[in-house]
Amino acid sequence: MAFTALLANKMRSLLTMLGIIIGVGAVIAMVSVGMGVKSDVVNSISSLGSNMLIVSPGSTNRGGVRGAAGSRTNLKYDDAKAIKEKIKNIDFVSPSVSRSYQIVYGNQNWNSSVMGVTPEYMSIRSLEVSTGSFVSESDNNKRNRVAVIGSTVATNLFGTANPVGQNIRVNNQPFKVIGVLESKGQSSMGQDQDDVVIVPLTTAMERLMAMDYVSSVNIQVSDANKMDQVQEDIEVLLRQRHKIIGGKEDDFNVRNMTSLMETMSQTTTMLTILLGSIAGISLVVGGIGIMNIMMVSVTERTREIGIRKALGATFQNIMMQFLIESVVIGVIGGIIGIGLGCGLSMLVGKFGNFTTVITPLPVLVSFSFSVGIGLFFGIYPARKAAKLDPIEALRYE
Amino acid sequence: MSNIEKITISLRGIKKLYKVGNQEVAALNGIDLDIKEGEFAALMGPSGSGKSTLMNILGCLDRPSVGSYKLDGQEVAHLSDDMLARTRNQKIGFVFQNFNLLSRISALENVALPLVYAGVDSDEREERAMYFLEQVGLADRADHQPNELSGGQRQRVAIARALVNDPQIIMADEPTGNLDTKSTKEIMEIFQSMHEKGRTIILVTHEPDIAVCASRQLLVRDGVITRDEGKGVVLDVV
Ligand SMILES: Nc1ncnc2c1ncn2[C@@H]1O[C@H](COP(=O)(O)OP(=O)(O)OP(=O)(O)O)[C@@H](O)[C@H]1O
Ligand SMILES: [Mg+2]
Repeated sequence: MAFTALLANKMRSLLTMLGIIIGVGAVIAMVSVGMGVKSDVVNSISSLGSNMLIVSPGSTNRGGVRGAAGSRTNLKYDDAKAIKEKIKNIDFVSPSVSRSYQIVYGNQNWNSSVMGVTPEYMSIRSLEVSTGSFVSESDNNKRNRVAVIGSTVATNLFGTANPVGQNIRVNNQPFKVIGVLESKGQSSMGQDQDDVVIVPLTTAMERLMAMDYVSSVNIQVSDANKMDQVQEDIEVLLRQRHKIIGGKEDDFNVRNMTSLMETMSQTTTMLTILLGSIAGISLVVGGIGIMNIMMVSVTERTREIGIRKALGATFQNIMMQFLIESVVIGVIGGIIGIGLGCGLSMLVGKFGNFTTVITPLPVLVSFSFSVGIGLFFGIYPARKAAKLDPIEALRYE
Repeated sequence: MSNIEKITISLRGIKKLYKVGNQEVAALNGIDLDIKEGEFAALMGPSGSGKSTLMNILGCLDRPSVGSYKLDGQEVAHLSDDMLARTRNQKIGFVFQNFNLLSRISALENVALPLVYAGVDSDEREERAMYFLEQVGLADRADHQPNELSGGQRQRVAIARALVNDPQIIMADEPTGNLDTKSTKEIMEIFQSMHEKGRTIILVTHEPDIAVCASRQLLVRDGVITRDEGKGVVLDVV
């Protein structure tokens, strides 16, 4: 019965549904974009490892002109060693430097970023070598010219041949390849994590880059609950070592990646909710559209209602007839809206520069919302219809 | 007709008052009336005398302001809306001047409509509706929509609908008012044969030659019944 009534006014029913379709579609598309941003952020931070603290040099500040963060040169390898020695509850300390160089093998060449690291880098980033071995303690102590290369570098320089044991030239200095890293693929931010050359930290600092400072120190804390304590200990220790007293500003930065991740994930959740609510408003507007059309429909069908009542329809019979109609609009609109929303978010994911994530929750919520809206905004018109006086309804022209 | 005559309708002191502005108008002003089972009563009277108002009350579409109405021995003057709806569904069949068929559904579905609200399942609905369409000679028009039928055919569909739930009483308010002479004759023949089968019929009409078909003629004037005659008398309405 509801379907015949809706089919009798196809165009009108469709336009009414359009409000719901757009509403549900918008909620799903918006939320999926929001969730996509969130998962990007969370993935990129958590790919650094869990329980991470990152120490970086502060910015230079000469005559009130502040340089870029990390532009100072006062974070030393010895600072990292001291942290490792003196502070408790730390699993790994991994100081590192990096710079881009031309890498040459035979007549092949490739531009890649060269990182100087200690052996602990492997544990902290959970790296694996597919062939050969990683930088060892003694490589680092002896400033050996050895290199572990990422798989992208390997294929570009060596093709299918085995790089281990071969010599490559980095900034015109010979380095012996001792290992190839297991492929990690793209990072969630779209960087190729396999396009890297790893050399011992001391080799990089003294032989390659001529630096007496490191660009960052990654620290893995053994227990998530100790993060704040360890962070404070590091700050105290570094202030001591750098002879910063009283209220003077730190010349370094310690960032807590876990709390950064929490903040970012909270922010992006807020963003998602905001996007979803804005889209949700259009859903409510769609509901008002349903109510509007149902009111028109009740007025138009006053005579029909009168006839049905004269033939024995009760309050409940008429109420149900109109409620079912508006709920059917909500359900069909909701289903088409889900299709539209999912399609839209896949298109955005494919052709836009966004990751989109469709989870069942927003789909379910917006669907039940649309059914609920059909119900809610149908009640008033349906009651109006059911309460009509049969004599007056029959007399209606 | 049986010898022990059962009283189907019994009205006592029925009044219907309307407030127009701050004045009370009595559309019905004290009606006492008994109608026996199987009677064919014609209500006559000038325009505005209260015939339709009386029919609405008899048909349980409306409640009297004052008075008692016993239908089948049961007091119905103060039933709730839903109880009145149920009573209409089970005991009363309506035939209206302007047919009042639903325009978007077929003749058969129109006839079956009272059975929907009586809770009859769809197979039986169709079967019973078809039977009564045959009775009014429209079996071949079952799938037609009302706008594909002539006025006389529409009124026959409406009569089939009034009969479908086997009600005690058929109420018809000027059923031939919108019909030509030929259709009027056909419709009145159907009423005659219903009467012969023993159904109680109450019919409002303006035309004396229709009223003479009835077994009893009632004249309403200014909200009261002024004459109550048997078959054969020709009442002067105006
Ligand atoms: N809802 C109402 N409000 C006020 N007055 C009403 C209402 N319904 C009917 N009346 C009045 O009651 C009186 C009887 O009306 P009713 O419709 O019963 O007349 P009728 O005998 O059926 O006339 P007709 O032959 O023209 O159909 C009229 O004076 C009418 O104005
Ligand atoms: Mg009338």
